[in-house]
Amino acid sequence: MTQTTAHHHAPPQGFLRTHVFSLDHKVIGKQYLDLALVAVCTGMVLSWLMRFHLAWPETPIPGLGRVSPTGAAGGVITPEYYLALMTMHGTIMVFFVLTTAPFAGFGNYFLPIQVGAEDMAFPRINMTSFWVTLVAFLVLVAAFFVGDGPPLSGWTAYAPLSAVGKDAGPGQGVGQTLWAVSITLFCVAQLLGALNFITTTLDLRTKGMSLARMPYSTWAWFITSVIGLIAFAVLMPACILLILDRVAGTSFFIPSGLVISDRLQPHSGGSPLLWQHLFWFFGHPEVYIAILPGFGIVSHILPVFARKPLLGPRVLIASLVAIAFLSYTVWGHHMFLSGMNPFSATLFSVPTLIITIPATIVTLLWIGTIYGARLRFTTPALFCLGFVSVFVSGGISGFFLAQPSIDTYLHGTYFVVGHFHFVMGVAAMFGIFAGTYFWAPKMFGRLMSETLGKWHFWLTFIGVYCVFMPMHYLGLAGNVRRYSAFTDDYLKPMIPLHRFITIAALFTGAAQLIFLFNLVWTRLRGPKAPDNPWEATTLEWSTTSPPPFDNFGGRPPVVHHGPDEYGGNSAAGDYVMQASSESGRVA
Amino acid sequence: MGKLFAVVVVLITLVSAAIFASHIWWLPVDISAHGHAIDRQLTETMATSGALFVLSQLALAVFAWRYGDRKDGRKVTAFPGGVTPMVVLAVVLVGAEILALTFVGSKVWAGIYQAPPDPNSLQIDVQAEQFAFYFRYPGADGRFGSVHPERIDEASGNFFGLDPANDTTARDDIVVPTLGIPVNRPVLLTLRAKDVNHAFYVPELRIQQDFVPGLVIPLHFTATDTGKHEIVCTQLCGLGHYNMRAYVEVMSQPQFDQWLKERAAEQ
Amino acid sequence: MSGPVPGVAFPPLRPSPPVPPPPSAMPRTTTQPSPPQPARTGIWIAIGTIGMSFAALTSAMVVRQSGAADWRHFQLPSLLYVNTVVLLASSGTLEWSRRRIAAIPGGTGSFVPPLQALSGLYITLAFGLLFVTGQVIAWRQLAAQGLFLATAPSSAFFYVFTALHGVHVVGGLGGLVYVLSRLRPTVSPVRPAPLGAAALYWHFMAGLWLYLLVILATRV
Repeated sequence: MTQTTAHHHAPPQGFLRTHVFSLDHKVIGKQYLDLALVAVCTGMVLSWLMRFHLAWPETPIPGLGRVSPTGAAGGVITPEYYLALMTMHGTIMVFFVLTTAPFAGFGNYFLPIQVGAEDMAFPRINMTSFWVTLVAFLVLVAAFFVGDGPPLSGWTAYAPLSAVGKDAGPGQGVGQTLWAVSITLFCVAQLLGALNFITTTLDLRTKGMSLARMPYSTWAWFITSVIGLIAFAVLMPACILLILDRVAGTSFFIPSGLVISDRLQPHSGGSPLLWQHLFWFFGHPEVYIAILPGFGIVSHILPVFARKPLLGPRVLIASLVAIAFLSYTVWGHHMFLSGMNPFSATLFSVPTLIITIPATIVTLLWIGTIYGARLRFTTPALFCLGFVSVFVSGGISGFFLAQPSIDTYLHGTYFVVGHFHFVMGVAAMFGIFAGTYFWAPKMFGRLMSETLGKWHFWLTFIGVYCVFMPMHYLGLAGNVRRYSAFTDDYLKPMIPLHRFITIAALFTGAAQLIFLFNLVWTRLRGPKAPDNPWEATTLEWSTTSPPPFDNFGGRPPVVHHGPDEYGGNSAAGDYVMQASSESGRVA
Repeated sequence: MGKLFAVVVVLITLVSAAIFASHIWWLPVDISAHGHAIDRQLTETMATSGALFVLSQLALAVFAWRYGDRKDGRKVTAFPGGVTPMVVLAVVLVGAEILALTFVGSKVWAGIYQAPPDPNSLQIDVQAEQFAFYFRYPGADGRFGSVHPERIDEASGNFFGLDPANDTTARDDIVVPTLGIPVNRPVLLTLRAKDVNHAFYVPELRIQQDFVPGLVIPLHFTATDTGKHEIVCTQLCGLGHYNMRAYVEVMSQPQFDQWLKERAAEQ
Repeated sequence: MSGPVPGVAFPPLRPSPPVPPPPSAMPRTTTQPSPPQPARTGIWIAIGTIGMSFAALTSAMVVRQSGAADWRHFQLPSLLYVNTVVLLASSGTLEWSRRRIAAIPGGTGSFVPPLQALSGLYITLAFGLLFVTGQVIAWRQLAAQGLFLATAPSSAFFYVFTALHGVHVVGGLGGLVYVLSRLRPTVSPVRPAPLGAAALYWHFMAGLWLYLLVILATRV
């Protein structure tokens, strides 16, 4: 058929165009997922090094001395290297794993298919976003190899520590600048990605796919994109200002009269709190960017294995929108003790507590969905159920921190570390695991091993509780975070509990090798997957595994049903596919 | 598999909750005038969120146990009442709890951070730097000398950058690395940062506050029991952050007076 | 289109059969009458996000100005006002061209953009380049007065605002070049959607500049 030239719907030609510089959202999605996989392995190894050092600070780590002769001479991590590892761990995990995998990875692959489109609205911009993200990752990792190493100011990079340059400490020279450049690039990439997600959702839905019939994962990606659009738009100029303070002699964040390394700093007039406000205005919505796709994925997958529709779909969407909106009003809860006006602490604490309500609602909707279900305990289902459990645990500790009076005691302690790891490092990860096990057959055309998957689930589920629940106890005892060693009188008695956590962490980390092996083995040699192994209803299951380059073989589906019509009686069994022309809504 | 999930969740829930309740790891004894309000807020939150934690995990466990697919042709059933009980539960119960905690908690917070300090407070100037705390008493004239960052000289112990040669009020300032304070007397600290962000944290005093370069931040409290406790830094400040500590020594008034006299003689 | 009647020769009504709209504008079953235009949606989203970035910088500026006494007011180079006129003029020429092209009936007949409209677009480009050049010259004028990026917070924000805006204007110029390349006379009656989107972006750049001019003129 005669068509405008250079159309993205023509099949790609050549190896590079097909597998490397691909415009196909499916390839781009897999590229993001592979990047996130490399990132999470890196981040995990960093955390093992950190935990080992905390438990046995004087014990040399075999081989580390050769890898990092300055940071770990003789295999023993120096205090500055510990902080550098910590900074890179946080940065890599938050940006290159938790924002990349559930959102850019799965979202890119499945959003167009789930709305019935042939590709994203702007495939070339989509490809650009991935490559910019990859460059951002490489720039960040380069900090390990240049100057005096990676920055030590944490993923939060508070000024003036992050802004004055190398006087502030090792890694605060080139390393910190690379960090800021990397994050700036990452922001640009995510903004371009959000552009694609939103436009595709609004404009490219197939016939019959009204907003009300969109899968919950699509809704979550859509709402996450909107959050990201505003959040990353604030972080980017903040990082630019930080870079200028570092290299151009400006004073956005640096006040006068600072004496660092015996040198009076030449800056004046800047405000460290300004950085914190800008950063957390991004930073709090960012954590919802990390978790909302998980909400969507769990809401999408749970009905499949419960064989019944999600309880309260409209309430779910309304709650997600409420959470997204509220996420912009709470950033000051990271700053209760920062020196900002104490009255604003109360102001910020109110919406922070109010967010509990829609978060509770969505949790109850999942639990209510399981009621009366006919649960199939596959690996993705287990990770969804596990998600609910760990999200409850993580959410509840937030309830404490939301109150400024209690935060007076718990701020800066391991209670905070336990809280955010439960919601981000565990719950969001469980969302990624659930999505991987669920969608692997579709993406790779091969089935993952259920046996290995279940072993992975059980060891991980028990393991993460052993790692992160004890951190709340440490926090209640006043154990300060971001310490490379525990030399204070009152902290020394906590070391045995730290050793328990370290052993659990190394054990749980080892269990992830089961997942890695399963993933690699499946992609190479897994048994062929049918089009719809889970008997699911959404549009990705109406096409082949894996889908053809234009998703539906040139025949866009027409949608007649909602996304979770499970539990009734139909020709297919107890479900009706969205694209099925069979009439009647299943109960 | 569902039954296994239920058992594991219940075990985890009960063990975690038991450890919380047992107070094996818990807040140290409170020696501050305002701390009991914080402790009460914490305990109340622990009780309600503990209940919420246990109940939701149990619900998850019970449903996972009961509602596995036994291949018996049973039809799925919707949650009784549908979505309404969920919304009502969340809005009413959680909402009420939030209201209560905010109402009480904001008063507790305001009492510590928004209330003006007692006019009879003992005033002590505190400087945080990479990687130590220094404390300055005004001396016999009751006035602090002005600080000049360009005069700071670690080697000679001029941590605050005082100019005693030209500034008479600075001559009798007492600069020490330990925070000595009298018991049952309001203390007003003024926090200043020499280089980067730091923080002042004494768990036993239930008090914490960041030092921010460019700002001078007041912090006041009253210690209600004698003893020696650690002051630790909780705001990442560089490689020595883990080792940045000082001690607060709460003494009886006569002991404090003696201590201060001795420190003054050492200046 | 009915088939030919035997024995009667019908002159060709159109050079090629009508082509359905590209799949990127697939019809939906919603009540919206016109097909969605992804390029326009994308530009609106871009406008939102760019606006948010400048909002963040605005609040940073307000905080910085009120937080310390070192603001140091200075006079904006009057060249900026000339540049403003140039930019507004370019918006005018762009809009004029856009309407001329949009007025060509769609769906039937080949698409030949009128020469005047095309020229209007080239003039827009020229004005745009003139604006950017003018901005760089204004920077040089400030530098000659000793006002650099690090001299004072006021000059710092001036440079950051104008540079960031300038970068986005250059991006807009790139978009206009791309649109011009698609506006060759073709036999296809498919209307190029990107012109409307590019115009929207360009007008936003002009509007954003007006906003920046006001806050800079009143604050630096």
